[in-house]
Amino acid sequence: MRDITVVRQFGEVVLAIAIAPLFVGWIAQCRAWMQNRSAPLLRQTYRMLRKLFDKDAAMAATASPLFRTTPYILFGTMVLAAAIIPSLATDLPFAHAADAIALIGLFATARVFLSLAAMDIGTAFGTMGARREMMVGFLAEPALLMVLFNAFLLYGSTALPSLVDGYRAHPTVIDPSAIFAAVAFVMVLLAENARIPIDNPATHLELTMIHEAALLEYSARHLALLEWASGLKLFNYACIGFALFLPWGIATNGADSGTALLISIAALLAKLVVAGAALALVESLSAKLRIFRAPEFLAMAFLLAVLGLLVHLLLGTKLA
Amino acid sequence: MFTILSRMIHTGILTEPLPTVAVGAPSTEALQRSLWKVLGRALCIRHVDAGSCNGCELEIQALNNPYYNIEGTGIKFVASPRHADLLLVTGPVSVNMEGALRRTYDAIPDPKLVVAVGDCGACGGIFGQSYASWGSIANVIPVNHTVTGCPPTPAALLAGILQAIAASGAEV
Repeated sequence: MRDITVVRQFGEVVLAIAIAPLFVGWIAQCRAWMQNRSAPLLRQTYRMLRKLFDKDAAMAATASPLFRTTPYILFGTMVLAAAIIPSLATDLPFAHAADAIALIGLFATARVFLSLAAMDIGTAFGTMGARREMMVGFLAEPALLMVLFNAFLLYGSTALPSLVDGYRAHPTVIDPSAIFAAVAFVMVLLAENARIPIDNPATHLELTMIHEAALLEYSARHLALLEWASGLKLFNYACIGFALFLPWGIATNGADSGTALLISIAALLAKLVVAGAALALVESLSAKLRIFRAPEFLAMAFLLAVLGLLVHLLLGTKLA
Repeated sequence: MFTILSRMIHTGILTEPLPTVAVGAPSTEALQRSLWKVLGRALCIRHVDAGSCNGCELEIQALNNPYYNIEGTGIKFVASPRHADLLLVTGPVSVNMEGALRRTYDAIPDPKLVVAVGDCGACGGIFGQSYASWGSIANVIPVNHTVTGCPPTPAALLAGILQAIAASGAEV
């Protein structure tokens, strides 16, 4: 029994690492179609990664060991986060190792290392990117915490697997506070993953970029790991969203059979396809905000999440 | 929002097929195949303006629009030389841009290619070689391929980039 959960955990992590670039490629493809262009192939992201691993790394003379190790730390934290988030099943050994608040701490660790590494070389754009990354981070984190508190109030736990199990026990209930929280979560997801209202993943203008400004000095395998890690981060955020708001199909404690796992994989893929297309649509329909408007955008997300909490307290619903 | 949505749906895909390369050169399909093989169809370009009049820049910008759509073929422009495989240089290399051009070239990780764009990049154009300009990009850094024209059309640029990749297939 114990061995089966370990194998399942391992499979979940491998699946997350393998399909994260695919998810990024799917969003890029949807975006291209919505801009009336022919799209690059789905496996374009993999080709880019393979090419980057084949190249020689060029490093600035001022690079410290921190700069060299950061890609591995970032990739490691994102893999660990993927192991904690119950994307396929809830009875995973790692899923109980950390609750959602520790998960936010894990993402914050990754952000601190990325910002330090961006400042390490000493270029103006890297430092600017680090500052902006921290600004968006400290605005997005409280909003994300509030979103999670909504779910905690509903199901009485801070562990993601218990949230999924709690939801599965009452699948027909749609709580109004969850709707507020879901909208706030999507706004946080857009901000945290360098998506369009806050940052433009396709930009080449140094003065407007946030996330990519921190990666400007990285090349070859280091860049590949960082790109892969940011793909994993997006995948992880999507999976947190699925666990909180759309947990249909995730194999719960009761269901140990192989069919439940197959269903959960199919459900995850279907949810990713829809979420990717929706994300691309949101990005195509909105314009990038000026950096000074980012606090307003994230304050709005925070406000929505707090409204969700208030609605919950007013209605006094408790499901678990 | 609905205006944008309906425009998206009614416009359809605008991208034109890849250009056919000039007589004597290998066909576009063959170039594409070697591009896939050599760089995994994932080429990143860094553009440096070494004293250009911006005529070439307008044509390079056009590569990114939905008609020429260079990203659809797997080639993309990047924000940093560290991310790049190919350096696209325009202009006659003014003396003030020489250092920046050399440093950009050095910052690109191996293996790398250089494509000189426009008559200025090829021979100095109307600026020529003078106290203020080096006259051609090959005088400053090694160039793999030259795209002539004042300015070259986007189709010529795309063909030139593909030829540069195809020609250096063995070493890259």
